[in-house]
Amino acid sequence: MTDLLQIFLSDSFYAASLRIATPLIFGVLGALLCERAGVLNLGIEGIFVVGAMSGWMAVWLGADLWTGVLAAALAGAVFGALHAVLTIFMGLSQHVSGLGVTLFASSAAYFTYRTALPEVASPPRIEPFRAVAPALSEIPFLGPVLFSQTALTWLALALVVLVWWVLDRTPLGVAIKAVGDNPDAVNAQGLSVRRLRFGAVVAGSSLMALGGAFLTMSAFDAFFFGMVNGRGWICIALVIFASWRPGKALLGAILFGMFDALQVRLQTEAGAVVPGQIFLMAPYILSIVALVVVARRAEYPRALLRPWFKGQR
Amino acid sequence: MKGAEMTVRNSIGLGVTRRGFAAAIAAVAMLGAGVVSAAAETVKVAAIYTLPVEQQWISRIHKALNAAQARGDIEYTFSENVANTDYERVMREYAEAGHQLIVGEVFGLERAARKVAQDYPETSFLMGSSFGPSGDNFAVFDNWIHEPSYLTGMIAGNATESNLIGMVGGYAIPEVNRLMHAFMDGARAVNPDVKFLVNFIDSWYDPPKAKESAFAMMDAGADIMYAERFGVADAAVERGVKAIGNVIDTSGDYPSTILASAIWHMEPTIDRAVAAVKGGDFEPADYGQFSFMGYGGGSIVIDETLVPAAVVEKVKAQEQEILDGLFRVNVNDARPVSDG
Repeated sequence: MTDLLQIFLSDSFYAASLRIATPLIFGVLGALLCERAGVLNLGIEGIFVVGAMSGWMAVWLGADLWTGVLAAALAGAVFGALHAVLTIFMGLSQHVSGLGVTLFASSAAYFTYRTALPEVASPPRIEPFRAVAPALSEIPFLGPVLFSQTALTWLALALVVLVWWVLDRTPLGVAIKAVGDNPDAVNAQGLSVRRLRFGAVVAGSSLMALGGAFLTMSAFDAFFFGMVNGRGWICIALVIFASWRPGKALLGAILFGMFDALQVRLQTEAGAVVPGQIFLMAPYILSIVALVVVARRAEYPRALLRPWFKGQR
Repeated sequence: MKGAEMTVRNSIGLGVTRRGFAAAIAAVAMLGAGVVSAAAETVKVAAIYTLPVEQQWISRIHKALNAAQARGDIEYTFSENVANTDYERVMREYAEAGHQLIVGEVFGLERAARKVAQDYPETSFLMGSSFGPSGDNFAVFDNWIHEPSYLTGMIAGNATESNLIGMVGGYAIPEVNRLMHAFMDGARAVNPDVKFLVNFIDSWYDPPKAKESAFAMMDAGADIMYAERFGVADAAVERGVKAIGNVIDTSGDYPSTILASAIWHMEPTIDRAVAAVKGGDFEPADYGQFSFMGYGGGSIVIDETLVPAAVVEKVKAQEQEILDGLFRVNVNDARPVSDG
């Protein structure tokens, strides 16, 4: 019990929670944007891999870190556009197309990596993002928790505010939410449903790719096959937990990060008594429980999963 | 019912025959080439890995096979990142394409892989496995580097000041557990007060996760990290803590961090298996022992700028005892746990 208290009182626990949450914040914002416009994007897991690979690859080829971030976002946008064409313009099943994009995107990323680096003894490393303000990390609590984080974590937090502001405070946001709820009404206003959806899916996919880029450019400094390890799927669950709201999305991602950070610490402490797998499962079980509790009241975007064609009802 | 079964068998049989026919032609062609020049006689080897060739454990097998190919002993081809669920199919494809020796890892499909081997009696299989050899053509190997792991443990036990050593593992399977226990035994032998924190991430290849586990252990006071996974040494570098390497030598990647590493050499195993296939006397044996130090399958590298000379001397003396057969490192395959 004192151990548990010690964990909750240590600032490193909160720093770890935010670090683990960062890729999820990007991913859940991206998924939220797509779904708010009425398109489920199960391509997320593959787009994470693409983002992780292309961001890292750009830097490895000599670009600076922010150009790498841009490269990741662009690569994510390309695969987002593919999903958008299949689901919005051709009206195909969003589930099938999304899973297809995940398989294609991750294979394409591995293929590109291996073609570029056929013979390497260990994965090449880049110089990743470092702490934004190491000088300020001496400040109690806030120092280690916030200022020891990298620029990408700050970017993720800024994007939460930006996505909230766009969705809740701009006409564009109203239009995006409307295409996800009632595309006919948007059409009656003289706006293009397809263009709005296309834009939201492409932008959302770029955000997802940044989640992947965080893994190879901040959390670690090299690209590994399989390192995304299901993080994309977690975001799909977190969107529902967040009821499609950016603020709650941030909360959900951080809660998951805390579960995971706690799991690591508890497994080390009590691994002798309880099988370690229980702890590894815990964050996922807790998110399912949270989902059950929250999802009952969840209000899905009403036109989610429904393709829209002009003149068809 | 029986008829249907027959048809299925027949159709499968036909498929095999057709592919077998192509293989036979290839074999005849090769035989012809063999008559012309005996020096061109190479063993066709295929390897199947469930992870990319950069992964530590796999990189050692890949290296040994590449070396054998460079010498002209074998013709080497491989598939990497093959899912366990897809593994049997790839085994069959290589066997039917006429590869004489198939190397790989069957930790995720022990029983299924042995069944596949039974279907291809002409092919020799040398597989990383937690269990023993089987059938007429299924030999096993593993990274039995518990001896150098014991020696690195001695170095860690000497180096720790907090008397707390952190260990992050992939999966708690025998080969991982065994090396961890050997390491712990070595550390306890020189420092009876030493305690361990043990954690498994249940993934072979998630460096950010391994890194988080390592951070958590260093927060809890660990001042030496046993780096079984990629990511652990990275965390150690960030906190200025020392680490012990495993399987490969990563001291170049993490300057002044890796005190010592237990290195695995797959060459003795591969070279023996290739020679056996060539000589036509491949046995379903346990090749595990060829990873022992005595056969040159395991070794220790020490960064002598980081480890005091007296400790190095002590470790060298212990190494000699192992090589002379005077000291045997215990084998314990149970899942290690943190000291309470």
